[in-house]
Amino acid sequence: MKVTLQNLTKTFPARGKGKKPVTAVDNFTLEIQDGELLALLGPSGCGKSTTLNLLCGLLEPSSGKLFFGDDDVTKLPAQNRGVGMVFQNYALYPHLTVEQNIRFPLENLKGKDRPTKEQMANKVKEAADLVQIGELLERKPSELSGGQQQRVAIARALVKMPRILLLDEPLSNLDARLRLQTREEIRRIQRATGITTVFVTHDQEEAMSISDRIVVMKDGLLHQAGKPQEVYDDPADLFVAKFLGTPPINTFDGQVKDGKLFLNGAAVLSCDAPDGDVVVAIRPEGFLPGEGSFICCVQRLEVMGRDTSLVCNCPCFTGEHFRVIIDSDDTQKVTGTSVSFGLKPGKVFLFDKETGCRIRCNLGE
Amino acid sequence: MEKRNHKAWLYLAPALVFLGLFLVYPLIDVFIFSLEEGYNFASQTSFGTGLYNFSYVLHDPYFLQALKNTFILVLITVPVSTGLALLISVGLASIKKLRNLFQTIYFLPYVTNTLAVGLVFMILFQKTPYSDGFVNLILGFFGVAPIDFIGGPYWAKMLVLCLYTIWVVMPFKVLVLTSALASVKQDYYNAAMVDGTPKWRVFTKITVPMISPTLFYLIITGFIGAFKAYSDAVALFGTNLNAAEMNTIVGYVYDMLYGASGGYPSYASAAAVILFAIVLTITCINLIVSRKHVHYS
Repeated sequence: MKVTLQNLTKTFPARGKGKKPVTAVDNFTLEIQDGELLALLGPSGCGKSTTLNLLCGLLEPSSGKLFFGDDDVTKLPAQNRGVGMVFQNYALYPHLTVEQNIRFPLENLKGKDRPTKEQMANKVKEAADLVQIGELLERKPSELSGGQQQRVAIARALVKMPRILLLDEPLSNLDARLRLQTREEIRRIQRATGITTVFVTHDQEEAMSISDRIVVMKDGLLHQAGKPQEVYDDPADLFVAKFLGTPPINTFDGQVKDGKLFLNGAAVLSCDAPDGDVVVAIRPEGFLPGEGSFICCVQRLEVMGRDTSLVCNCPCFTGEHFRVIIDSDDTQKVTGTSVSFGLKPGKVFLFDKETGCRIRCNLGE
Repeated sequence: MEKRNHKAWLYLAPALVFLGLFLVYPLIDVFIFSLEEGYNFASQTSFGTGLYNFSYVLHDPYFLQALKNTFILVLITVPVSTGLALLISVGLASIKKLRNLFQTIYFLPYVTNTLAVGLVFMILFQKTPYSDGFVNLILGFFGVAPIDFIGGPYWAKMLVLCLYTIWVVMPFKVLVLTSALASVKQDYYNAAMVDGTPKWRVFTKITVPMISPTLFYLIITGFIGAFKAYSDAVALFGTNLNAAEMNTIVGYVYDMLYGASGGYPSYASAAAVILFAIVLTITCINLIVSRKHVHYS
C-alpha cells in the first residue's frame, strides 16, 4: 500500500497562559512506496511519534491530507484504517494468553470479514510461526522475555494483514544484543510479508541498518529523506550530517579563499565555493594520515580491533577533541604528537555558518 | 537471628495486645456464650452447655424474618450498587468537562451522615396526614395511587431500604473504581482502537479484566458490609424494627442484648455466630470464583 502524506501538520494547543501552541509536525510531505521499510529518525521531541500517531489515526492532523493508496483517510478514525501498530511498551493485554492476544484483532472483525474459528486458529498459528513464537501460545505476557513480548506484539499487529504496519521505537526496550537480533528479525518479517512498514527510532544505526529509506526529522520538520547510504554520503544540512554516523562527524571552522579550502590557515583541498567562512564537516573515516597539509595534535590512540581511533585536537575544531578512524595498518604512520592528514574529498562537506545549509561545491585534492 | 526475633515481637506487641483484648478475646467469648444455655448476666451462671441457643434462634420467627431481610438486601444491593458504580465511573472517565464537579456530586452521600440521609428519604417517601411524600407526588402524575413506603406493604418498605442502602454505599465504590480506571494505561485502549475493537468489547475484554482486582475487593467488602446492615434500617424505620418487619441479623443481635425484649446474651451470641458462618461461607465462595476471573498483574 502506497502512503502519501500531503502537507501534514499537527499543532497542539498551548498549555497554560502565555505559552505558545506547539507544532509537533510541520508541513510534512512524503510519499511512502508500496512494500517499503521506512524509518522516521530524529532526536526525542522531533515529532516522529506524532507522525506515526497521525498515520494510525490516534491523532487527527490540524491540516494537510493523508492517503492510503488512493483513499483519503485523513478523517477516517483509527478503528477503520486497518493499520497494525506495535507500541513502544508493546501494550499486550496482561490478562490474556499469547494466543488470545494475537487472536484479539481477528475477533473484532464483523460480518463477512470475520473468519471462522478454524480460520482464526490458522491465522494465529501463521502469525506466531512467522515471528517464531509457536511454542509460547499458552503463556501470559508476564511470563515472556522482552524480546518474546516484542514478537507477540508484532504478530498481533500482523495477524489481520494490515494495510500498513507501524512500529513505535520497537527496539528501545531491548538489551543491546537482542536489539541487533530483533532488527534483523523485523527486516526479515517485513520482507516476508511485503507490508509497507514505518518505524520510529532515535537510533541512527538502527535506522540505517534495516530500512529502505530513512527520513530525518527535527522540530517537526522533515530535513532529509532518502536511502540510508545516500543520506549519509550526501547530507542536506549540518543537522543531518551531525545526526548520522558513529563516531559523529567532526566540524571545523574553515575558510574558502581563491578556490581553496583553508583549515588552520593551511590550504587542504581545492574548492569552487564562493569565498567566505564556512563550517567544514569531515567524517571520521575521511582522514588519510601522513599525506597532507592538515596538521593536528594526537592526544591518544585507541585500538579497537579492525580500526584504530585517534583522538586529536586542533585550533579550528569546534569542540574539545575529535575522533579520526584509520586502518590499523596505517598506525605506523602516526609518530609523535603532531600528525599531518590528507582529506578524502567525498567525506568532506561544507555548510553555511549561519543557516547550516549545505554549500554544494566540487572539492578536490 | 534470635535477638532480631525479640525485637520484632516487641514492635508487634502493642497491636497484638489491643487486638487480643478487643478482638480475639471477645470473638472467642461469643463462641463460648453461644454454647452456654440460659446464661445470666447478673449471676454470671448458666444451666449447662449445648446447642439449644442455636435451635432457639433458628426457630425464632423474628430471626427468620431478619435473615430473609438481610439476604434480600444483600442480593439486591451488592450487584446493583457495584454495577451502577462501574457504569458511573466509566462514564466519568470518558467525559472531560465538569468531571471534577460530577465526581464531587457523586461522592457527597459518602460524607453525609446516615441519619441525615434517612431524614431526606423520609421526606421523599413518608406518607403523613399532611402529605403523601415527594415520590408519591410524582407517581401521582402518572396516575398511581399513593403508596405508604415507610409503614405500608413489605415490598414497598424493602424497596426503600434497598434504594437507601445503594445510595449510601455507592459513592465509595465510584471513588475507588474511578481511581482504578485511571490506572489502566492508555496504551491498551490505543492498541484496542487501532485494532478496531468495538466499545462494548473494550469494556468487557479490557476495562473490566484490568480493574478486576478492585471490582473483586468491592464485591467482597460489599457483601460483608451488606450482611452487617443495621443502621440503615434504623434510620428509615426507627428502632422497633421487628414491628416494621424490617429487622436485620445485626439488628436482631442488638435487640437480644439491649432491646426492649433484650437481656439474652446467649441468643445474641448464637445469632452472631450464625452471621459469622454465613459471611465466612460467602467470602470463601467469592474467593473461589475470583480465582478464575480476577487478574492480578
